[in-house]
Amino acid sequence: MEITVRGLWTLIHGMGFGALYLLACSGALVELYFFTNARQPSETEPNRERFLKFYLIAMVVLAWVAVFTGAYVIYPWYRAIPPTGSIDLSLFPQRLLMSRSTTIDWHSFGMEWKEYVAWFAPISITMVAFVFIRYGRDLRNHRQLRSAVLCFTLVSFLAAGVAGVFGALINKQAPVQGGHTIQLSGGGDK
Amino acid sequence: MNISRPVISSNTSAIPNGSGAAAILSAGIGSFALAVLAFAGDKSATAKNLLVFYIPTGPLSGVTTSAILLWLFTWGILEWRWRNRTVAVGRTNAIALILLGLSLLLTFPPVVDLF
Repeated sequence: MEITVRGLWTLIHGMGFGALYLLACSGALVELYFFTNARQPSETEPNRERFLKFYLIAMVVLAWVAVFTGAYVIYPWYRAIPPTGSIDLSLFPQRLLMSRSTTIDWHSFGMEWKEYVAWFAPISITMVAFVFIRYGRDLRNHRQLRSAVLCFTLVSFLAAGVAGVFGALINKQAPVQGGHTIQLSGGGDK
Repeated sequence: MNISRPVISSNTSAIPNGSGAAAILSAGIGSFALAVLAFAGDKSATAKNLLVFYIPTGPLSGVTTSAILLWLFTWGILEWRWRNRTVAVGRTNAIALILLGLSLLLTFPPVVDLF
């Protein structure tokens, strides 16, 4: 069992940062909604508020790390240009997708949407985290701020979802691979 | 339209809404800047070349770096102006959400291809 360095980075970006962010987003939506709409203060409220602040900060970190590793580590491998006359395009995913009419839309629709829409996730969640840290439980007194925070959290979730789904599907059609090979297990005869 | 006009508020909050409104509006502006720059890079060869800040990543590097800087700059200015004020947050929210909606449209390839 082995994996290439590029494959490992793609896994870290997609499953490590992206998928974890998506999971966290669904939790944040629920928690933000119930916390900021609660009518009666409870004894556990200060702890919940502190937890939610740390949770949102972790989401901000995850979202930014996901887009930066995507744009500056993986995307250059994806869009690398093959030497003239290359026949084997397996190390050049963008060119591989564009070489066939049955796969070109994975690039011209999927990647071109994903590469920009993904950035709405960190921008939105950074704002959400800032507003929650600034106002905390006082958001209950700011109905309009609360609504906007929930809308932006939802958009962040959707943007990350689009990026995640297309990232996984594009990588299935034309995997980002290459670089050193890492042996994960010996693979003895059976 | 005077967004920063003080309004009478019926809520019992101790914190003015200006800081939150500044963060929300600047997030809308930042998202819209990103979408407009992405659109420009797609439609104009000159803009595309100007937006290549890091060659391996191509125009994506310039689009996102410029939009992030514009977002943070706008946020800083609005935060400085509105931090201790109560603003008409209904209007700032509406503008921010319209900008966010336009941003989503302008980054959707079938819409971009209409122009």
